[in-house]
Amino acid sequence: MKQKVYINGIGAVTAQGIWRDELFEEAQEITNNISYALQPGYKELIAPAMIRRMSKGIKMGIYASQQALNDAEIEQPDAIITGTGLGCLEDSEKFLKAIIANEEQFLTPTNFIQSTHNTVGAQIALRLGCKGYNFTYVNGAVSFESALLDASLQIETKEAATILVGGMDELADHTVSLLKLIDQVKADDIQQAVKESTTTGVNTAEGAVFFTLSNASTKNTKAVVHAVDIRNVVHEEELAGWVHQFLAANNVVAASIDAVILGRNGDVQFDGYYDQMGKVFAQAAHIYYKHISGEYDTASAFGMAAAVYIIDKQDIPENICWNSIRPNEIKTTLVYNQYRGRDHSLILLQHVESS
Amino acid sequence: MGKGVAITGMGIVSSIGMSVEENLQSLLSNRNGISRIQNIETIHRDSIKVGEIKKSNDQLIAQLSLPDSNNYTRTALLGALAAKQAIQDAAITDVNEFRTGLISSTSVGGMDKTEKYFYEYFDQEDIQKYIPSHDAGDSSEKIADYLGLKGYVSTISTACSSAANAIMMGAKLIKAGRLDRVIVGGTDALCKFTINGFNTLMILSDTDCQPFDNERKGLNLGEAAAYLVLESDEIIAQQNKKVLAYVAGYGNANDAFHQTASSETGEGAFLAMEKAFHVADLTPSQIDYVNVHGTATPNNDLSEGRAMIRVFGDQTPDFSSTKAFTGHTLAAAAAIEAVYSILALQNNLVYANLNFKTPMQEFDLTPQTEIKKKDIQYVLSNSFGFGGNCSTLIFSKA
Repeated sequence: MKQKVYINGIGAVTAQGIWRDELFEEAQEITNNISYALQPGYKELIAPAMIRRMSKGIKMGIYASQQALNDAEIEQPDAIITGTGLGCLEDSEKFLKAIIANEEQFLTPTNFIQSTHNTVGAQIALRLGCKGYNFTYVNGAVSFESALLDASLQIETKEAATILVGGMDELADHTVSLLKLIDQVKADDIQQAVKESTTTGVNTAEGAVFFTLSNASTKNTKAVVHAVDIRNVVHEEELAGWVHQFLAANNVVAASIDAVILGRNGDVQFDGYYDQMGKVFAQAAHIYYKHISGEYDTASAFGMAAAVYIIDKQDIPENICWNSIRPNEIKTTLVYNQYRGRDHSLILLQHVESS
Repeated sequence: MGKGVAITGMGIVSSIGMSVEENLQSLLSNRNGISRIQNIETIHRDSIKVGEIKKSNDQLIAQLSLPDSNNYTRTALLGALAAKQAIQDAAITDVNEFRTGLISSTSVGGMDKTEKYFYEYFDQEDIQKYIPSHDAGDSSEKIADYLGLKGYVSTISTACSSAANAIMMGAKLIKAGRLDRVIVGGTDALCKFTINGFNTLMILSDTDCQPFDNERKGLNLGEAAAYLVLESDEIIAQQNKKVLAYVAGYGNANDAFHQTASSETGEGAFLAMEKAFHVADLTPSQIDYVNVHGTATPNNDLSEGRAMIRVFGDQTPDFSSTKAFTGHTLAAAAAIEAVYSILALQNNLVYANLNFKTPMQEFDLTPQTEIKKKDIQYVLSNSFGFGGNCSTLIFSKA
């Protein structure tokens, strides 16, 4: 029998604050084009001198990963696998600005050292003294899913027993202003939430979400990762075929999906993909979440956290419901995400007792 | 599992050649690709030497027959060239015939364009097409599009061990039956960002680098791209395909010592090599040649040497660093060295560790200084990166 992949812990730093049971209930809908994550206090986790030197992304990653470990009551994972679309942007921008401003002179290494894409995963390992496997995936909107695919494969093939897996992206001003130039981020004067959006581009944000995966079910187990799939390109008309093929390969029928978690981000040019996916699962509850997390490359990790929450609590918070369907039981959920028509991903999650 | 995961194709562009054959000829004739930088305007021009590919972006675009409207960064251009060669070498005509993936790797991504147009973007609409090509994944998406590949596409960025990890993940996906075929490797272009970054760390050499030499002064940065095609045993049998070599083992571990420096004991490197032996079911004495990471920085070569002594005892096999040929090509390095490892197996070669004169005082390790012909069954290749990332690959003869 296939080794199951249990989700035993969640941690996050988001635009709605840190991960907690009340997060959805207390969440405020985002209408601003830029939303920063609400930063927790880092004093208990990181030495004061380090707090000043570390970028926001590293700190968010450290906080979220520790919260996920605590939630699972695990001290040391066997592996750390991170996804990040744009990596440590803040340090990259600072170093590049200094190169340009000082014409390549009088530079100091700190920002360069912290600009490497794998800095978050590395700093988590350094802090935990974790000498295990440590990978960082950097492929736009499937960065987190690439990490999750790697992690679940390692649990299934018994390469590792517990794995910390997550996604992190941070905002940096210059990059955001460039993305506004090409209409990938909504203009400053547009105040539209995901549901009422009539414009192209997204409300951008940042955050870190980590999960502790394990080969063993415990009292902390919230759900099971059943399968993950990634495609670089899927045309709208191919979407139904792809998802049916994915479900069949994993012995799940479409009618058994109780809720689909869709990565709608309010970009009217590309949200049609989610309408198509919604049609495939007309009988299921449709959930959305980027109106509270904001959009960023690894926002789908927050989508997975929402999916895990509703399976674990058997309750769908009203403010993340897109349609009016409320299943009696939530046994199986499907998380679907894409960005600008590329980097499509499916994550199939199940209740621990029905997996 | 047998011999490992079959490699059926490879492609490479580096400062010592724009094809597998050209690279082999340079290795055979001890011809390095280290020079003064030409394609980038930098004040460090005369104080560093680099492994630069002497082709402009326009020449690369022409070679790829891309339309003028393209927004390929140099990283994507180099990657597309090498990946195309790999596909052709594997005699693949329909890239989507089987469940196919691409796992690429890069450290700079589109930084070459970002650093050039950072402020200009606001005034010049015609260059804004490069804005979305900054992120690392963009180069992989471009390579996939260029090959017409639809499927699993991802990118790994673990600094200078990236491509080893792409090869590792690809091999695992084939082994687990998740993919039938996967193109794996890495690409990195030279840019001011990395030149200045490594310069602030004071680990750039102003002369041709000297791996494992007592007087080594640091590394030469380089640019390159290389890809391998890995295929399942089923496809090999079904299509009676020629196998170039096998990925026999792999291991990744974290040094968990410092963000950029390697531990003095080479802990991460030691653990990565041990894991690779375990996966390959081999013992250290079976290794015929080690293609070391050997960047020629004081820290790397000391740490790696110590790790090798921990693994091999006083029986260290013939070893050499090929970074004196190509420069340190960062995320692409492990893919470049994978191609060289396969060529070593095919041609029964140990390459020369160029520029070596004096053994390091800390231990008794002398690299192979002249090219050597001998029977080679197994090659071990190391790659280490910032963030304590340590990776080892073991290749076996077809």
